[in-house]
Amino acid sequence: MAAVTSPNQRLKISLKYLLLILVALVFVFPIVFMVVSSFKPDLQLLRDTSSFAAFLPVGDISLDNYFAAFRRAPVGLFVFNSIFVTTLTVLGSLFLCSMAAFAFVFLEFRGKEIVLSIIIATLIVPFETIAVPMLMVVNSLPWIGGSGITWGWLNTYHVQIVPFLADALTIFLFVQFFRDLPKELIEAARLDGASWFQIYSMVIVPIAGPVFATAAILKFLAMYNQYLWPLMVTQSEQFRPVMVGLQYFFQLNTAWGEVMAYLSMITLPVLAFYLFLQRAFITSIASTGIKG
Amino acid sequence: MRPNQTKSLQSNTLAGWLMSGPALLLITLFLIVPFLLAFWFSFTNQRLISPNPTQFVGTSNFEQLLGVGTLVLEPETAEDGSLVVSDKGELSYPRVRDFTRNNPDFQHLNGMREWFGWDWGNTRVLVLARDLVFMKALTNTLFFVAVVAPLQSLIALLLALMINQKLRGINVFRTVYFMPVVVSIVVVSLLWRFIYDGRSGLLNNLLQFLSFGHFRPVDWLGNPDTAMWAIIVMSIWQAVGFHMVIWLAGLQNIPLTLYEAADIEGASSWQKFRFVTWPGLRNTAVLILVVITMQAFALFSQIDVMTNGGPLDSTQTLVFQAVQRGYEQQNIAGGSAISVLLFLMVLAISLVQRYLTRER
Repeated sequence: MAAVTSPNQRLKISLKYLLLILVALVFVFPIVFMVVSSFKPDLQLLRDTSSFAAFLPVGDISLDNYFAAFRRAPVGLFVFNSIFVTTLTVLGSLFLCSMAAFAFVFLEFRGKEIVLSIIIATLIVPFETIAVPMLMVVNSLPWIGGSGITWGWLNTYHVQIVPFLADALTIFLFVQFFRDLPKELIEAARLDGASWFQIYSMVIVPIAGPVFATAAILKFLAMYNQYLWPLMVTQSEQFRPVMVGLQYFFQLNTAWGEVMAYLSMITLPVLAFYLFLQRAFITSIASTGIKG
Repeated sequence: MRPNQTKSLQSNTLAGWLMSGPALLLITLFLIVPFLLAFWFSFTNQRLISPNPTQFVGTSNFEQLLGVGTLVLEPETAEDGSLVVSDKGELSYPRVRDFTRNNPDFQHLNGMREWFGWDWGNTRVLVLARDLVFMKALTNTLFFVAVVAPLQSLIALLLALMINQKLRGINVFRTVYFMPVVVSIVVVSLLWRFIYDGRSGLLNNLLQFLSFGHFRPVDWLGNPDTAMWAIIVMSIWQAVGFHMVIWLAGLQNIPLTLYEAADIEGASSWQKFRFVTWPGLRNTAVLILVVITMQAFALFSQIDVMTNGGPLDSTQTLVFQAVQRGYEQQNIAGGSAISVLLFLMVLAISLVQRYLTRER
C-alpha cells in the first residue's frame, strides 16, 4: 500500500512550507528590491517604497540608471581591475598553498611541525588589525618592473595581489585534504624515480579537484569582496576595484537609482556564479567547519 | 644510519623547504612582520610621516587608551550648610572640568572626560576616561559581540534544523538562505542604508503598512538608540547562512542509527533534539561561536559605509578606530595599540575554545 497522508499530516507539511517560504522572502526581498529599483527613475523608486511595487518591475522601466552609472564612474575599468586582481590571486594562491601543503604532509624535513603550527596560529589574526603596519611594509618594498627598480608598492596591481598569494586558511584546507590521501600513491611514484615536484603535479594535483574547487571559491569571495585594503592602497583611480568604486556613489543627495544599478552590476555576476555552482559553494563553506 | 637513508633525508629537506618556501616567505613578509610591527609600534610614538625620529615610549599608548578615573562629587552647600537647590528642584554640583583641567590636586584626572556616572543618595559618582572615543568603541564592540555571537548562532541553528527536514525541494531553500553570504558586506551595507532610511526607507514603510499607519517612522541609522541594533540585524542577515551551513554539516554527521534507536524508544521531537542532536553538535557549537565572535570583533565595513561611527559615537568600534587613527590620522602608534588590545581579546577567545574542545 502506498503511504496515505492524512489531512492532519498535509496541514503540517503545508505549515512547514509556509514557514520556509516566509523566511526565504526575508533573504530574497532586499536583493530583489536592489535589482528592480535599478531600472526605475529616482522619483518613482522613492514613491514605490510605500507599496509592494518596490519589489516589482513596474512603471517607467529603463536602463537609464545603468548609463548614468557608467557616466559617473569608469565602471568598466573597475570591473576589469577586480577580475584581473581576483583571478591572478586565486590562481597564484592555489599553486603556492597547495605546493606548501604538499611539502608539509608528504615530505619529512626538520622544523616543518613548528612552521605548520605557526601558520595555523596565524588563522586567528584578524586582517584588519595588521592592515596599517602592512601598509608601511608594502610602502618600503622594492619592485622590479618595466621602469627598473621602484620603491613602494602603492597604486599598483601587485600591491593588491602579492600579499594575498599565501594565506593560512588555504594552506590549512589543502593540508586537511592531503592528509586523507593514501601514502602508497607517493611511495609508488617515488620508486619509479619521480621527483617531488613531479609527484605533486602529476600524482596529487589531478586527484585533488574537490579541494581546489573549495579553496578557489573561498579565495574568490574573499578577494572580490575585499574593501579595506584596496581602499588604503589605491589612491589613484586607475587601479581601483569595484568595491572601492562604490565611493563614487556616496554623496549628500544620493542618486539611489544609479547606486542600485552599480550594486546590481557588481553583485549579479557573483550571484549567477553562485546559483550555477551552489552545491560547490555550500560544500566549501561546510568543509571549513570540519575540524582536522 | 646507512648512507642511502641520509641522502634521502637531505633531499627531502631541500625539496620540503623549496616547495613550502614561497608561501612561507609571503606569510612571513605580509602577516608575521606586520603583526610584530603592530606590537612594536604600540610601544612607540610612530607616525606615518614625521620629522622627528621614532621614540620608544613604553606603555604610555596603552595608559592613554585605558586610563580611567573616578570622581566623587558632593552637592554644593550654601554658607549655612544647607544644600543649594536650583529652580527645578535639582541639586547643584561642582563642574567636572574644574577637576580635569590643570587642577594640581587632581593631577591623575588631568585631560579626562566624563564617561558615565550615577547618583548615590546626594553624592554623585562619575567615571572619567582619558580616551572617551576609545572607551565607546570598546564597549560598542563588546556589546556587538555579546549580542551577535549567541543570536546569530541560534538563528543559524534554527535555519539548519529547518532545511535538514526531508521535504521535496528543500535544497531550493538552502540555496536561498545562503545567498546573502556571497554578496559583499559593502554592497549589503549600502543597500540597507536605503532600507533603513528615515523618510522613504523600506523598513519604515513596511512597519507602517503592518501597523495600519500607527507606526511613526524612525531614522534607524541616525538615532543613537537604534543605530547599533540596525547594524546588528543587517550583519546577521548577511552572514547567518554561512553558519547555517556549518551547523548543517554538523547535523549530517550525526549517525542516523541514533535517531532510529530514539524512534524505537518512542522519543518526542524535543527529546530527540535534546538527547541525540545537541550532544552530537557540541564541537560544532563551540566552533561556530568562536568563528562568529572573531568575525564580530573585526566589525568595520558596515560602520565605514553606513555610519562612520556616529551618531554620537554610538557605532564606534575598535577596528574602525584602529583604522581611523592609524590610517586617516596617520597616528600609527595609537592605531597599533588598539590592534594589539583587539588581538589579545581574540587570543583569549581562541584559548577558551581550545579548552572547551580539548580531547578528554
